[in-house]
Amino acid sequence: MTTNVDIKSDYKPEGFEGQGFFATSLDKAVGLARANSLWPLPFATSCCGIEFMATMASHYDLSRFGMERLSFSPRQADLLMVMGTISKKMAPILRQVYEQMAEPKWVLSMGACASSGGIFDTYSVLQGIDRIIPVDVYIPGCPPRPEQVLDGILKIQELAKNEARTRRTSPEYKAMLAKYGLE
Amino acid sequence: MHHEIHPNASPATIELHNHIKDALLQSFDNDITGSQIDYDFPVFTVAKNRIHDVLEFLKNSENMGFKFLTTLCGVHYPENKGSEFALVYQLHNMEKNNRVRIKTFMSSADLNVPTATDLWLGANWMEREAFDFYGFRFQGHPDLRRILNMDEMNYHPLRKEYALEDAGRDDKEDKYFGR
Amino acid sequence: MKGTSGNIGQTFATASQVTEQKDYSILNLGPTHPATHGIFQNILTMDGEIIVKAEPTIGYIHRAFEKLAERRPYNQITPITDRLNYCSSPINNMGWHMTVEKLIGCEVPKRAQYLRVIIMELSRIADHIVCDTVIAVDTGAMTGFLYLFQWREKIYEIFEEICGARLTTNIGRIGGLERDFNEKAWSRIHAFMKEFPKALSEFDKLVTRNRIFMDRTINCGPISAENALAYSFTGPNLRAAGVDYDVRVMSPYSSYEDFDFTIPVGTNGDTYDRYMVRMEEMWQSMRIIEQAIKNMPDGAYHAEVPEFYLPPKEDVYSKMEALIYQFKIVMGETDVPKGEVYHAVEGGNGELGFYLISDGGRTPYRLHMRRPCFIYYQAYPSMIEGGMLSDAILTMSSMNVIAGELDA
Repeated sequence: MTTNVDIKSDYKPEGFEGQGFFATSLDKAVGLARANSLWPLPFATSCCGIEFMATMASHYDLSRFGMERLSFSPRQADLLMVMGTISKKMAPILRQVYEQMAEPKWVLSMGACASSGGIFDTYSVLQGIDRIIPVDVYIPGCPPRPEQVLDGILKIQELAKNEARTRRTSPEYKAMLAKYGLE
Repeated sequence: MHHEIHPNASPATIELHNHIKDALLQSFDNDITGSQIDYDFPVFTVAKNRIHDVLEFLKNSENMGFKFLTTLCGVHYPENKGSEFALVYQLHNMEKNNRVRIKTFMSSADLNVPTATDLWLGANWMEREAFDFYGFRFQGHPDLRRILNMDEMNYHPLRKEYALEDAGRDDKEDKYFGR
Repeated sequence: MKGTSGNIGQTFATASQVTEQKDYSILNLGPTHPATHGIFQNILTMDGEIIVKAEPTIGYIHRAFEKLAERRPYNQITPITDRLNYCSSPINNMGWHMTVEKLIGCEVPKRAQYLRVIIMELSRIADHIVCDTVIAVDTGAMTGFLYLFQWREKIYEIFEEICGARLTTNIGRIGGLERDFNEKAWSRIHAFMKEFPKALSEFDKLVTRNRIFMDRTINCGPISAENALAYSFTGPNLRAAGVDYDVRVMSPYSSYEDFDFTIPVGTNGDTYDRYMVRMEEMWQSMRIIEQAIKNMPDGAYHAEVPEFYLPPKEDVYSKMEALIYQFKIVMGETDVPKGEVYHAVEGGNGELGFYLISDGGRTPYRLHMRRPCFIYYQAYPSMIEGGMLSDAILTMSSMNVIAGELDA
């Protein structure tokens, strides 16, 4: 004889449940699907890239969050993870990669160098990628531990889960993009 | 001629220094303007117009054999009027494990230097880096352009008169950063 | 009839025209590319799959270390040296500390030297793990990467016990180490030494005599010993070409002359040789660590250089001189003798040299870092021209080009 065991899941959004069905709003269902299947674009430039490799490897496994498939092509990626120092020579390329991604897209700035220039307050380093592209989550650290990276990714997942479907076409979002000179 | 020996120099280094000094003086005489031992390196200062010949002598003549170019870099001494810029070459004789440092000074008015790329292929990028940072013009270099900085940059950043930080930075106040 | 090559890409050969003009395509490899491990760009002119000309562009991560070093006091430069070859940062740190110790004339006690050797060899193993597994990944073998990176985590745990950080370690101090290895560090090192050989031989069995791997990598991106020396190669890339130059043997530092190890040397200078040299170097590093553990002398773990080495906290709170030294070191007001010194260590990629010019002030007057990656990467076009694109990718990953060391 089998016993029914309720599987408690924190992931479950609010909704109405019955035998064999679960009704929730479309936003929540889409958000759930998006959050658990983000395809990251690892824009690894320096030391944080090695910590990312450690996060991706089997000890701190990234694929259990749905990020098994890394996409190096911006056209097929959802999450731009900028890891490492971005110099002024590299900035136009970062901008081009961001522009090539399709909506909805999120940006994760990993490490002190990507967030604010880090210890390199020099003539050749861009003092933070948020000067050229909008950033969703910043992960501080030099380099951040893999646990911190996973924490940042969980925050991105929260953002993706709770995003309103009309956010990307809303005037506030467009105004923000206009501030960066993106259309 | 300036001649200085570091107090802790080992006998082997002194002997090497004398050996090279004798050979260089014999072939180049007045163009060797200084010799010293810094810690464990014999160091020779050479006049700029003979630097290529000296390097070739050190590389190719049989009892010298400094066939390996370890590194070359530039230095800026703004207070030495008339010889503000220095180029430092470090050579290595792997068979006998001997190292030597060759320096040449030049004034900021004339930064033309003969290239070493015909002697060592590896000098190509090293000279481009020296050009990028200080502005040395290597005569005969196959492709002298900036290597590490952006091509549009119009100054040579490692010179002492330029600040480390970006000149156009407006958000960080120097007084909070100890500058 | 003579055709023009620009418009239709075809030339009808006549008796007077013997060369065939081809229509080449241009491929931009990088700077963001999954297979270039780091950001550097290569513009390849290709004839189908064969590369005719390659033009590299670097500098995409130029962080101006040499200018930054002119602004920072000597003990604050160690974190910068971390970020050179960040796969093996302790070696860079030790190299810098040894350079300053040479400048000030400080003799580091034997125990500290042996502990430094253990740290440096562990980080060399970590660096070679990255390079070898990434060569395998670029041929398509992802399994080895996943297996061996577990062991890299173990090395990170050892570093964490010793200095608190995993990757950018800032390990050691001018004059020695900041603390002796504690019990946990020793037990981790022993556990690593016991179990890593099994994992490494497992990876070895998977990849080294694997038919596909050998077919991919033999004769891929070769360089002759003569060319390698002309391009100022050092490190595993030079040893793979057949020249047995290793700074640890030629100019021993930090008691390397006490250890017995062999230098693996290849013959062809191709990708397979570079892979094998690094593989064998990992075994030799383990040998060195075993000898260091067995012969570890007792004694102090740092030299008596109160002007550079932070005094113990109890003294700072009770003695006047210690307080003054603490203040001066932290504020970076220590004076250094005037002079010029060059010191080289065998980094993961070759001879990592520091040329330091001090004018007696609190910061270096000029610090030039001889970065092996920067110097040997200029030979890359000559190694791939005439080969195919996939060989170019393998050649790049087998050269172990680390972007931090390339651009500095």
